[in-house]
Amino acid sequence: MAYSEKVIDHYENPRNVGAMDKDAQEVGTGMVGAPACGDVMKLQIKVGDDGIIEDAKFKTYGCGSAIASSSLLTEWVKGKSLDEVQEIKNTDIAEELELPPVKVHCSVLAEDAIKAAIADYQSKQ
Amino acid sequence: MSNVKTPIYMDYSSTTPTDQRVADKMAEFLTVDTAFGNPASSSHVFGWNADVAVKNARQQVADLINADPREIVWTSGATEANNLAIKGAAHFNTRKGKHIVTSKTEHKAVLDTCRQLEREGFEVTYLDPMDNGLIDLEVLKAALRDDTTVVSIMHVNNEIGVIQDIAAIGEICRERKIVFHVDAAQSTGKCPIDLEELKVDLMSMCAHKTYGPKGIGALFVRRKPRVRIEAQIHGGGHERGMRSGTLATHQIVGMGECFRIAKEEMATENDRLLMLRNRLYDGFKDMEEVYVNGDLEQRVAGNLNISFNFVEGESLMMSLKDIAVSSGSACTSASLEPSYVLRALGRNDELAHSSLRFTLGRFTTVEDVDYAIKQTRAAVEKLRDLSPLWDMYNDGIDLDTVEWTAH
Repeated sequence: MAYSEKVIDHYENPRNVGAMDKDAQEVGTGMVGAPACGDVMKLQIKVGDDGIIEDAKFKTYGCGSAIASSSLLTEWVKGKSLDEVQEIKNTDIAEELELPPVKVHCSVLAEDAIKAAIADYQSKQ
Repeated sequence: MSNVKTPIYMDYSSTTPTDQRVADKMAEFLTVDTAFGNPASSSHVFGWNADVAVKNARQQVADLINADPREIVWTSGATEANNLAIKGAAHFNTRKGKHIVTSKTEHKAVLDTCRQLEREGFEVTYLDPMDNGLIDLEVLKAALRDDTTVVSIMHVNNEIGVIQDIAAIGEICRERKIVFHVDAAQSTGKCPIDLEELKVDLMSMCAHKTYGPKGIGALFVRRKPRVRIEAQIHGGGHERGMRSGTLATHQIVGMGECFRIAKEEMATENDRLLMLRNRLYDGFKDMEEVYVNGDLEQRVAGNLNISFNFVEGESLMMSLKDIAVSSGSACTSASLEPSYVLRALGRNDELAHSSLRFTLGRFTTVEDVDYAIKQTRAAVEKLRDLSPLWDMYNDGIDLDTVEWTAH
């Protein structure tokens, strides 16, 4: 399968790889997917007092498109409010990375991951 | 390692390059100043010369498997040979019964042929292999019925390289007068095959996995005791009516030549490949959470199918851009299912998704292997650093106890 240059760039130089303390009150963690399906994404956000996402980290087990989708999303969410981030759709990710139809589920997973992270953060407040 | 020529080909079970000696021979049967004639043209010298070449190739193919040249039927490849054998024998024996036995780890050319027969009203039993990929003979025996007409079991598996006990299965089938078909696409030139000894009735072969050209194969059809099959392609009555169509002289000559070379060089080549395969495996042995898929002893020399747990196969291949390998990961195909062969071994889905198949061959060098080890280790390390599963494993979390959100 041929990957777009953007997928290859994120795969080779993934942004914001890492982990934050999932028990911290200002951190929201979303983990979606299943090893049996071939992809698991863990996305974490750190939200400031002003409701703006200060930092984001990810770790992903999955194909290049899954890694690229989560890497891209961490870039996009930083500096945005939670409401703004809720607006990000999987199609935006798929479009930006030029994902072929069989890889669209990777972008869906990324959207699910950020939604889960926000929900986790909100449940702690 | 500057003397390594990239990209490196380590996907010999997918196809092999045509040996230069084979390609040179093939060129003698194409252009105007060569023996380009139709082997069926019995009225002139162009036809006679082509016919001699086909006869010679038929003998060379028969020699590798210790068969009679009259038992060789040319086909377009192993897929066609599998179709001809299974459909041909099943259809011919419908008065006896309509039950077929095969295994879950067969190539799609066998499985999909069986599926088609099911649509036509046949019943098929798909045997589960043992965890090492081999067929349990007792399980096979228990599956046979009075109305079983065909058993189809591959010699060497394309993904994991394990070698089935064809001799024993042949005895079981012969005793019950069941036609035994063997898909030998992956074993010619890799395992000795003696059809005077083996009780195999039908055997599929092809050239392109044995350093010959694509587009040519053959079906062995036993004469004594005689095996009858129904033709699937009708026309000029070539190949004793079993497979019509003008013979592709240059392809056939190529298959004959590559089988001749295989017979001569198999023993030394296997020693060398085993050395390389062991070197490759030794390069990964000290890593954590690495599993070889399939039996390591009953296995062809050039195959290493290995799972690097917590790393997904497609992303691993993406890192190995200088090395051509294949993966049992779902993401390499349009379907989202991981390798059905690895799943049939009872491997969990994670390990199936994490597998890589290295298949070494005639032109693989020690330098290639060392380069592959270095690149693979680096890629696995990088991807494990990215993997949430690797973190969980290191935190002592049992992944089977986690509630995943399957999608």
